[in-house]
Amino acid sequence: MTRLIAKRLLLGLLTLWLVATLVFAVSGALPGDAAASILGQDATAETLAALRAQMGLDDPLALRYAHWLGGILQGDFGLSLANGRPVAEVIGTRLPNSLLLAGLSTLVAIPVSLALGIASAMRPDSVFDRLTTFLSVLALSTPSFLIATLTVLVFSVWSGLLPALSNIDRAEGFGGTLRVMALPVLALSLSVIGQMARMTRAILIGALSEPYVETAILKGTSPLRAAILHALPNMAGPIVNASALSLNALISGVVFVEVIFAYPGLTKLMVDSVATRDLPVMQACALIFCAGFLILVLVADIVAILANPRLRSAG
Amino acid sequence: MRDSGRDPALAPRDMARLRQQMSRGATRRDVMRMLTASGMTIAAAGMLATRATRAHAAAPQRGGDLRVAGSSSSTSETLDPARFGKGTDYARGFMIYNGLTRLDGDLAPQPELATSWDSADGRVWVFKLRSGVTFHDGRPFTAEDAVWSVLRHNDPETASRARAYTGAIAEAVASGPLELTVTLSEPNYDLPVIFGTFNLMIVPAGTTDFSRGIGTGPYRLTEFEPGVRSVAVRNENYWKDGLQHVDTIEYFGLPDESSRLNALRAGEIHLTTGINPRSSKLIERDRGIELFVTRSGTFSDLYMQKTDATVGSEDFAAGIKALLPRDVIRSSIYRDFAEIGNDQPIAPSMKYFDDGLAPSGHDPEKAVYHLKKAGVMGQAIPLVASAGVGNTLDMALILQQAAQEAGLQIDVQRVPVDGYWSNVWMKRPFGFGTITQRPTADMIFSLCYKSDGPYNSSKWQDPKFDQLLLAARSERDETVRAQHYADMQALVRDGAGTAIPVFFSNIDAHSAALKGLEPIPTGNMMGYAFAENVWLDPA
Repeated sequence: MTRLIAKRLLLGLLTLWLVATLVFAVSGALPGDAAASILGQDATAETLAALRAQMGLDDPLALRYAHWLGGILQGDFGLSLANGRPVAEVIGTRLPNSLLLAGLSTLVAIPVSLALGIASAMRPDSVFDRLTTFLSVLALSTPSFLIATLTVLVFSVWSGLLPALSNIDRAEGFGGTLRVMALPVLALSLSVIGQMARMTRAILIGALSEPYVETAILKGTSPLRAAILHALPNMAGPIVNASALSLNALISGVVFVEVIFAYPGLTKLMVDSVATRDLPVMQACALIFCAGFLILVLVADIVAILANPRLRSAG
Repeated sequence: MRDSGRDPALAPRDMARLRQQMSRGATRRDVMRMLTASGMTIAAAGMLATRATRAHAAAPQRGGDLRVAGSSSSTSETLDPARFGKGTDYARGFMIYNGLTRLDGDLAPQPELATSWDSADGRVWVFKLRSGVTFHDGRPFTAEDAVWSVLRHNDPETASRARAYTGAIAEAVASGPLELTVTLSEPNYDLPVIFGTFNLMIVPAGTTDFSRGIGTGPYRLTEFEPGVRSVAVRNENYWKDGLQHVDTIEYFGLPDESSRLNALRAGEIHLTTGINPRSSKLIERDRGIELFVTRSGTFSDLYMQKTDATVGSEDFAAGIKALLPRDVIRSSIYRDFAEIGNDQPIAPSMKYFDDGLAPSGHDPEKAVYHLKKAGVMGQAIPLVASAGVGNTLDMALILQQAAQEAGLQIDVQRVPVDGYWSNVWMKRPFGFGTITQRPTADMIFSLCYKSDGPYNSSKWQDPKFDQLLLAARSERDETVRAQHYADMQALVRDGAGTAIPVFFSNIDAHSAALKGLEPIPTGNMMGYAFAENVWLDPA
């Protein structure tokens, strides 16, 4: 298994490099540059030229790419073109926020969706199953920004229970943090719970009709025990992999939550950096999202291997 | 209160007169009579009388933490006045800096860090500066700071957004410890107005790192994270007395309009901006929040470049101008939070607006006559528009509909807003631009209609116009100057390839507890200078 992990890490690094190079190449095709974006309508030829020179935008793309790659290898992500601050510092203030949001949402989403999925699979076509299916499909097919706006209307504008804005810098103590995080986490979990519960149900129903489960039940095992101890471990691989794909959305697909709740996270930063043509920040964000995805998939594979005795002993 | 939005209030001048009447003891009924006598409907007058009474009766309260949400957020937000480009920057600027002058509700320059100014010929200007003013770090404000703050715009390395206005400043020197002498390369009687604009706020001499936000302004910066938020606390050593009512101001951007309104309705912010006219009904229904409407000279223009073979002819421009259904644009897009324009850029709320100039009306027959002469009937004319540039896409669709009825086919080509200003605007022959209110007629004309103006979007060349512009700039006699500007308005309306259907109002929303806002047409939220003027009413 160590060999597998090492191989995966190596492939991951290669993927990161390819992604970074691709982002660099594509950004060259975007209209305008950081200098034009900062000066906007008020740009004059003279000020544009001066700003471009200050930012090093006059160098050919290949040279800038070489500089950037050289910097990265030494752990230097460069300076943000939008405000001149070190990229590491800009990212450093946003990344913990994104991780906190993703982490809390995962803690809510995984148990809830597994429980819903297993319960539905145990009694297919029951009233509970139909209700869960209905709500899951509703949550899945409602645009995320609408879910977020509705939660704000219900929980803060109408009832005043929770803050409408997630001002993490002003939250006091653990309780305060939970309070400001409540609505973003709710909005975000709702959108992935539906998907994960549906997948768990579908995968598990298939497994429950397998002969080995039937045998277990005929030998007197309770259906719940049969599902959790016999069927679930066999299906862990597909479920964990499918969940990893859903959870990835909690890191890179949350721009709507960050915009609606004014939550200072990474995706908003990335959208900003594209708008301002802030290439160093754009690159750093792309690398982080890519790395997050690779790590999730790797963890999913390791869990799948650990759950499968045949693979566990294989190496 | 239904009419509070319908009518973008009175001109600041009229409002000031009203308030003066109130302070002399006029009752609400007197004001009602005064207003209805001038031809206003009873409902509108009632609302205004109420507002004037309330504004006068309320006494400022000290204390409280003000929270304000702007309509955009970006990591490119800055505290360097030369680079200010968005409302978020301007609002922060007015918290921490002062200008040499400030612009009032009539866009006239008032003393700020300069106490008085004079010029014999419009070329050499002497500004007397205020004594006893200190920066947030304790340094005293002197003429050297003024010189540095003014001259840095002329250094290309500063990459100043005010470069277009300050180019004529040939020299600025400290002619005394508290005296600034500015020499222009050509006379300009608007210099004191230019010194009151956002980009010309005063910073300490020699500043290169602006991240600490050291100024002379009413609030001291304690926290600033570009694209996230800023916090400022009252500057206890401020040189003005009796202002700065709130203790702290937290300011952040919320690009999504419905989040701004929800946060306001939930009581988490006190003031927000960039309200779509379509949301006005929702706000009027909610008792806890109010609209704040400022008449402005901001407009979106439809330009037709003179250099283009198809859309460049005089007949095409005349045809499109007659074709535009301005009242439909005003009522359906702007819900009447706009004033009909007549294809020249000086709004009715501005100084030098010529009300003798006949309005450009919707005249399909005249339009057909001109469009036939232009020889464009039967062709599909491409028009670029972006849903991200104001309401221009809606305007394009309304024009397309009107054109179809007249027998002209307009092919609306939608483009994304990303890169619009660098790649589409003024590069395609037939499209839309948006020009925000500028404080003087000279600035608008120089930018948008002078032959070599940087925003001359229709590529219009008229030597007579250019001459008049220079003559007006260096004319001291107000009557002659007004006549020059009236002539220019007529020239632009009839000659330039820009159709200006409406001037739209700036719409803000605030909690009922927030008091003290007065309209200043340079922008939303009191021309962004709300910081030292508003207070929170605990009642």
